[in-house]
Amino acid sequence: MDSPILWIVLIVIAVIVIGGILIYNGLVQRRLRIREAYAQIEVQLKRRWDLIPNLVNAVKGYMGFEQSVLTSVTQARANAVAAGGQGPAQQASAENALTGTLRSLFAVVENYPDLKSNQNVLSLQEQLTTTENQISFARQHYNATVLDYNTGIATFPSVLVAGPLGFHTEQFFDAEPEAQQVPTVDLSNLSAPTAPPTVPPSTPPTNPPAAG
Amino acid sequence: MQGQATQNFYQQESANRRQSILLVVLLTAVLATFGFVIGYALSGSWQGGIVALVIAILISMLLSSLSYFSGDSLVLSVSHAHEVNSTNAPQLLNVVQELSIAANIPMPRVYVIDDPAPNAFATGRDPKHASICVTSGLLQKMDREELQGVIGHEMSHVRNLDTRFLLLVATLVGSIALLADFFLRFTLWGGMAGRRGRDSNNGGGGALVLIMVVVGLILAIVAPIIGALVQMAVSRQREYLADASSVELTRNPYGLERALANIASDREPLAVANRATQHLYIVNPLKKFGSKSAGLMETHPPIVDRINRLRALSGEGPLDAQSSAPLAGLD
Repeated sequence: MDSPILWIVLIVIAVIVIGGILIYNGLVQRRLRIREAYAQIEVQLKRRWDLIPNLVNAVKGYMGFEQSVLTSVTQARANAVAAGGQGPAQQASAENALTGTLRSLFAVVENYPDLKSNQNVLSLQEQLTTTENQISFARQHYNATVLDYNTGIATFPSVLVAGPLGFHTEQFFDAEPEAQQVPTVDLSNLSAPTAPPTVPPSTPPTNPPAAG
Repeated sequence: MQGQATQNFYQQESANRRQSILLVVLLTAVLATFGFVIGYALSGSWQGGIVALVIAILISMLLSSLSYFSGDSLVLSVSHAHEVNSTNAPQLLNVVQELSIAANIPMPRVYVIDDPAPNAFATGRDPKHASICVTSGLLQKMDREELQGVIGHEMSHVRNLDTRFLLLVATLVGSIALLADFFLRFTLWGGMAGRRGRDSNNGGGGALVLIMVVVGLILAIVAPIIGALVQMAVSRQREYLADASSVELTRNPYGLERALANIASDREPLAVANRATQHLYIVNPLKKFGSKSAGLMETHPPIVDRINRLRALSGEGPLDAQSSAPLAGLD
């Protein structure tokens, strides 16, 4: 039968099926990007875990009276390692705490002129600064992929199929308010062209969209 | 939290992209009209118009593709740049690494030019074949935050595929220039003599052809000028876009803002810059200190405007008269 109604029905079905496939593939891709972005964060976090013992050793000899600071760094690092794999929210919280202790450590280093000009310490400081920034940017990118995905599953027409196909909202890797404070650091004695360690840019205050 | 005067960088980026695309559409329309008019004037038929258009575009594409595929090596060697590694420029490489993570592109190759004038440029046809180059003056005079802003701007040129975009524009403008050149030569050197015989075959087409010739001549003079103006306007829009995209990457407008002010007010001329490469730099290296920018024919927007747009992103108002006076007229 060549009735136009049959053709119309077939075309509509084809459009729905193809549209569904495209939506599904799109959502899968976005979700995979989230996983990749998260893996990138973990690479950077691990880098920081590995750098910290070197830093603590480098300053330990000079800072006999500041044991509490060093201990809190080491402890925070251990907590962060333990929190790895417990999901973005837990991990973010532990890593933010670690960032806080490192800030205190560098603020204290400012009181030790020998330490401030020590090449080893300077190099470690730059490495830690860049690692902090890289963590922050990896987190920022991760949040961007999460936003993209969450927006994808919340908007029409994907929203119709997302739930049934098993796509649910993902968590953001949030920064805590303390991470946004800027320590004032005086490095005027430095000859190297480095400047006050950059505050890792804070991720935008993102709220997970209402689960839908 | 955000005042009415503030925007976010997404808004600025959309506006910039939209405007640059509109400009390209305008340019395409000019080219299409021009090509068609010339073709018709020369051949007396609309098919001739289409053929002329296609030929002009193909020639222009061929010429442009040479620069597309030669890659960064030419520009870099002309500028006497040398590649750096983690021993001689660790902080620079770290900053580039950080921003490639933020931008989610592979790390570009990093070069340094030995020159006390602070400046930077990026080149390369796509993120996989990109290079970023800074001067030693920039490394000395910028702090880490400012360096991040500058590298963010350059990285954004790479990520936004500006080399390709500007090449597209150059191709269109080149086609217009080719057509104009060809048409002017052809009409001025007696190409019209042979038309008389053919016109009579087209019946009443003679008058139309004559009109097309006149229109073609006008366009031959006007279109290349329009093309050049549009090209400069596109270049300026992409600079604004790179500024806003830099803030998208760093989430920090202050670094780039300070960097622009410092670079623009630095009096050192950049030795290796010339007219062929000036459009690539973050701040126009050929601007003589103290002369006013000509506006429409500048590759870069005025520094004060760029800074004010960045200030809008951080919620501050534009620079007051006192602060902007030393930077007025600079780009």
